[in-house]
Amino acid sequence: MTNSASADQAEQVAGVEVGEARITIPGMSEEGENLATAHEETEHSHGGLGESTVKAKSGGSRADRTTSLNVADFAVPTGREEEWRFSPLKKLGRVLSDAATQTPVTLKVRNTATGVTHGELALAQSPRGTVFLAADRAAVVGYSQTQTADHIKVAANTELSEPIFLDITGEAAGHRANGHIVLEAGNHSKAVFVMEHRGSADANLNVEVIVRDGADVTVVSLQRWDEDAVHVGQQDAEVGRDAKYKHVSITLGGEVVRLNSNVRYSAEGGEASMYGLYFADAGQHLEHRSFVDHNSPRNSSNVLYKGALQGQDARTVWVGDVLIRKAAEGTDSYEKNQNLILTDGARADSIPNLEIETGLIEGAGHASSTGRFDENHLFYLMARGIPEKEARQLVVRGFLNEIVQAIGVESIEDTVQQDLENELKIAGF
Amino acid sequence: MSTLAIKDLHVSIETEQGSKEILKGVTLTIKSGEIHAIMGPNGSGKSTLASTIAGHPRYKVTSGTITLDDLDVLEMSVDERARAGLFLAMQYPVEVPGVTMTNFLRTAKTAIDGEAPKLRTWAKDVRGAMEKLKIDADFANRNVNEGFSGGEKKRVEILQMELFRPKFAVLDETDSGLDIDALRVVSDGVNRAHSENDMGTLLITHYTRILNYITPQFVHVFVDGRVAEQGGPELADELEANGYDRFLAPAQA
Ligand SMILES: Nc1ncnc2c1ncn2[C@@H]1O[C@H](COP(=O)(O)OP(=O)(O)O)[C@@H](O)[C@H]1O
Ligand SMILES: [Mg+2]
Repeated sequence: MTNSASADQAEQVAGVEVGEARITIPGMSEEGENLATAHEETEHSHGGLGESTVKAKSGGSRADRTTSLNVADFAVPTGREEEWRFSPLKKLGRVLSDAATQTPVTLKVRNTATGVTHGELALAQSPRGTVFLAADRAAVVGYSQTQTADHIKVAANTELSEPIFLDITGEAAGHRANGHIVLEAGNHSKAVFVMEHRGSADANLNVEVIVRDGADVTVVSLQRWDEDAVHVGQQDAEVGRDAKYKHVSITLGGEVVRLNSNVRYSAEGGEASMYGLYFADAGQHLEHRSFVDHNSPRNSSNVLYKGALQGQDARTVWVGDVLIRKAAEGTDSYEKNQNLILTDGARADSIPNLEIETGLIEGAGHASSTGRFDENHLFYLMARGIPEKEARQLVVRGFLNEIVQAIGVESIEDTVQQDLENELKIAGF
Repeated sequence: MSTLAIKDLHVSIETEQGSKEILKGVTLTIKSGEIHAIMGPNGSGKSTLASTIAGHPRYKVTSGTITLDDLDVLEMSVDERARAGLFLAMQYPVEVPGVTMTNFLRTAKTAIDGEAPKLRTWAKDVRGAMEKLKIDADFANRNVNEGFSGGEKKRVEILQMELFRPKFAVLDETDSGLDIDALRVVSDGVNRAHSENDMGTLLITHYTRILNYITPQFVHVFVDGRVAEQGGPELADELEANGYDRFLAPAQA
C-alpha cells in the first residue's frame, strides 16, 4: 500500500475528542494505546492500487448535484435538501431571494504593483463564468443579480512580493448586497489575495479563482463581519497544470455565514489545499462546505478545517465533499475537520463525504472529530509541570494555531491571533 | 537524598466490562542515585505503574501509597507531581499540535523551577542538550512530537529529562524501537542525569539490551500486576537466558 496505509495506521489508534493525537509510534505495537478515552471520532483511509472503495454518503452523489448559471434551475430551498438541511433558512431567506442589490458592499483593492490590474466584467463576459458554476440557489441568484463583476488580474510570470488586499465592507445591515469577484492569476504567476469582509449587510458574494498553468495562488477569505451580518458565498477555483492553490477561510464574525469553497482541476499535476478556521459564539451559525472535484488525473488535495465553539446555541457546520471521478487516476487526497467545544450549549456538525470512482489512486482519507479537550494532550503537558489552566490555554491555542500558521501572511496572522485571544477571553481561556 | 516509596499499590481501570484490577499490590522503594530495572512481559502492568506514578486520571488507586520523602504523591495533581521532581518518559509520547517545542520546553521549565529560565543560558542549555542527544536543531521550531519518528520521540523525552532535572525519572520502555546508535545516545543521557543530578531511576524495559549501557543495582521482575521476584543485575542475565517462562508458569497454573 501507499501513503494512505501508514496514515491509516497512525490515525486509527488516535487519541480522544479533538485528537489528531497520534500517540502511537509507527512500526511499534499498539499495546498501551488504550490510554485514550472514549471519543467520537471517525477516521478512514482508502486507496492503494487495485482497491476500489466507495464511501457511503449521507446524500446523493456529488456528481449528480445540479450546477448551472440559470436561476430557474434552482428552486427556493425548503430545508429538506441535503445542501440546506443544516442551514437556518429563515435568516437566510433574505439572501436567497432573486433580488437586486439595495446597498452594495464597497470593495477597495490595495496593491498597485505592476502586473496587477483591476477591471470589470459584465454578466456573460469571459473569463467570468468560465470557472464559476453555481451549485445552489444562493450562488445562482448572487451570480445573476450582479451585473458588473470585479476582475483582478495578475499578469503571467508576475511574482508579487506583497499580497493584494481586497477590503470588502458591508455598508447597511439588513440590506441586500450581491457581488462577484473574479481573481485571475496568469501562467506561472505567484500571488496572494486577501479578501477581508467587515461591516454588515445581507451579503451574497461569489468568487471565482482562475489559477493558470504553473501559477501559485493563495486566497485568504476573512470573515470579520459585525454581529448582525449575513453572508452566503461560493468561492470556486480551477487549478491549472502543475499549479498550486491554497484557500484559507477564517470566519469569526457574522450572525449567519455559509460559505462553499470548491476546487477542480483543468489538467494534471495540480496541488490544492483548503484550510478553514471558525470560532462560533452564542447564537452564531457558521457553516463551511468544501468540495474537491478530482475530475482529472494526478492531482492532489488536502482539506483541513478547524472550529472552536462557545456559548449557548453556537452552531457550526462543516461538510467536506471529495469526489474522485473515474478519470482521476493517481489522485492523492485527504480531508479532515476537527471541532473543539469549549462550553455547554454549542453544537458542531461535521460530515466528510468521500466518493471514489476509481481504485487507481495514490490515496484518499478523511477524518473528523468533535469534542472537548484531548485528555492526552493535557496529561502530557501537565506531566511536565504545566498547571492545568495553562495547559488548556496551550492546547486550545495550539489547536487553532495550526490554521493560523497556514495563512502565510504575517500581518494577517497577527491580527487573527489577536482576534482569537479576544474570543478565548469570553470563555475564560 | 530523596526516597520514592510505593507500598502495596492496587490500581484499577474502568472498562466497558466494569472495573478491572491491574496492579495487585506493588511495593518498591527507590532512593536518589539508584537505578532500578523493572522487567516483565507485555500486559503485566508496567505502563500502568508508570502512569499511576505520574497521575494519569485513567488509573484509579484503590489502596496503597506512593510517597516522595514526606509528600503524599497520590494527593497531588499531575502537574504538582512533576514540579515535586517526578518525571515520566512515556512509552508513547503524545503529539501536541500547534505548540512548538521551544515554547513547550520554556513553559515547562518555568513551571518546574517556579521562575523563567535566564533567556541566554536557557537557549544555550537547550541547544547543548539537543546536540548531545543528536537531535536536529530545527526540532526546536517544530510542534511537540508532531511527525517525529519513534526514536526521535524517545530522544526528546530524554532531552526533557535532562533539562528539567527531576529527582526521579520513570522511563517506560524508552529503549523500545531504538536502533543501537540511538540506544547508546539515550543511555548516555540517562547516565549523565544519574551522575550529575543524583537522579533516581525506574527503568522499565521489556528487553535486557539497554542493560548493557545502563547498569541497574536492582532488578524487579513484574508479572501480572506485582513484583514476582527481585535481585541484582544477575537476575537480568537469567531473564536474558531463559525468558519469562519460569515466572509465567505458576501464574497460569
Ligand atoms: N486504558 C486501558 N483500557 C483497558 N485496558 C487497559 C488499559 N490500560 C491498560 N490496560 C490493560 O492492563 C494490562 C496492563 O497493561 P500495561 O500497564 O500497559 O502493561 P505493560 O506496560 O506491562 O505492557 C493489560 O492487560 C492491558 O490490556
Ligand atoms: Mg507498557
